[in-house]
Amino acid sequence: MTSKEILLNPLFNNNPIGLQILGICSALAVTTKMSVALVMCIALTVVCAFSNLFISVIRNRIPSSVRIIVQMTIIASLVIVVDQVLGAVAYDLSKQLSVFVGLIITNCIVMGRAEAFAMQNPPWPSFIDGVGNGLGYSLILMLVAAVRELFGSGSMFGVEVLPLVTNGGWYSPMGLMLLPPSAFFIIGGIIWAIRAWKKDQVEESEHEIGEQTAFSKV
Amino acid sequence: MLAPKNKDSMSNVMAVALSVCFVCSIMVASAAVLLKPQRIANKNFDRISNILMAAGIQNVSPTEIVSEFDKFEVKVADLAEGRIISDLEALDLGIDTSAYDQRKASKDPSLSKSLKEGEDIASISRRARYSVIYVLREEETRAISKIILPVHGYGLWSTLYGFLSLQGDMNTVSGITFYEHGETAGLGGEVDNPDWKKSWEGKKIYSDGNVALRVIKGKASSDSPDYDYQIDGLSGATLTSRGVENMVAYWLGKDGFGPVLSRLGE
Repeated sequence: MTSKEILLNPLFNNNPIGLQILGICSALAVTTKMSVALVMCIALTVVCAFSNLFISVIRNRIPSSVRIIVQMTIIASLVIVVDQVLGAVAYDLSKQLSVFVGLIITNCIVMGRAEAFAMQNPPWPSFIDGVGNGLGYSLILMLVAAVRELFGSGSMFGVEVLPLVTNGGWYSPMGLMLLPPSAFFIIGGIIWAIRAWKKDQVEESEHEIGEQTAFSKV
Repeated sequence: MLAPKNKDSMSNVMAVALSVCFVCSIMVASAAVLLKPQRIANKNFDRISNILMAAGIQNVSPTEIVSEFDKFEVKVADLAEGRIISDLEALDLGIDTSAYDQRKASKDPSLSKSLKEGEDIASISRRARYSVIYVLREEETRAISKIILPVHGYGLWSTLYGFLSLQGDMNTVSGITFYEHGETAGLGGEVDNPDWKKSWEGKKIYSDGNVALRVIKGKASSDSPDYDYQIDGLSGATLTSRGVENMVAYWLGKDGFGPVLSRLGE
């Protein structure tokens, strides 16, 4: 695979949220506002890229018996550093993200890429892979956040697009969009759209649904 | 990097574990130490701008915020005795007003009391004995023009932390603001809505010595005799609205700042 493929494949062909269904929890939690989601995306992309890089650098030394712990230590340290930096440069946004930056440690995408890619590949491709997967995650997150903020609060990046009834406009916001379940529906919709476009992502059904026996037997 | 002969040997496991921990701890520690001044400055700045916001001083440029804030007197209120203690007493107690952390103090048994079931209307379980409040005086008469109180109470998901500002008569709200909460964005999170916060301005608090201010369901009607005591509820956020109402009732009541305020109002 070329660097370009490693970078771009996770966007549509092998999207961590869309195809692998990883990292859903933060996609539900931080997508009510686009600005918050954007900071989360940057944080995750940085962590994923650098954890892949560092793990790949020492991959030939990591004993397989303690490899998960070594990966976690590196990931956790990076997340703490990112959290500290956010508190120093973007205080307001880091306050809104609260625990979710810390929870990047447990984000399955970061660990998944470390274990699946960085442990077998040289540093540069690993770094690119981390960036690519971060971008794949970001793509879905920003789409979800755009829909949720637009229909839930009538704004995008905090700028009012649909004038709200409460501010004298005409748009009555959809409360559902602000609640976590709406992110499930939107992610479901995105997955459906990607699979309608890229048919090879459609999984074979594991079992067949039986005929509706109740009627035929009567 | 060359692969060692036996990656899984005990010595290699120890070597990798120790060196990874060493490098990571240096990285984390240096980030924490280097960025600490900036983080503390941000936190202070955030607190100060929230205090100013509660006092209705808005749209000040970041450079002016500190000089605006210097106009306020910073005082320590002793909630157990219901009075404002002098700066000397505060010094004796070791309370540094710029660094006093009421949240920490309310967890410390020597600095707080636990609230009994009937008392704990704001669902905060413990209340710190001392609280740092901010007083703004008229330039000429030195009469109190505004007083800003830190308040907190439980909403639906989270404890809301904020500041409540009263006018010099100690009976009129001049502003409210929340600097930390985890309520649902768009529903309970509307406590941050500027229009809603504006609706608090000029509302009366006490009636016959009791806190009569209520956050009602729906819209307060100007025909109602209690209009001056009513705040519009947040639609879709009954429990957050109730939490805010309870918070105000607690902190302005006899267990909160009530005695301090009545003494100041005399």
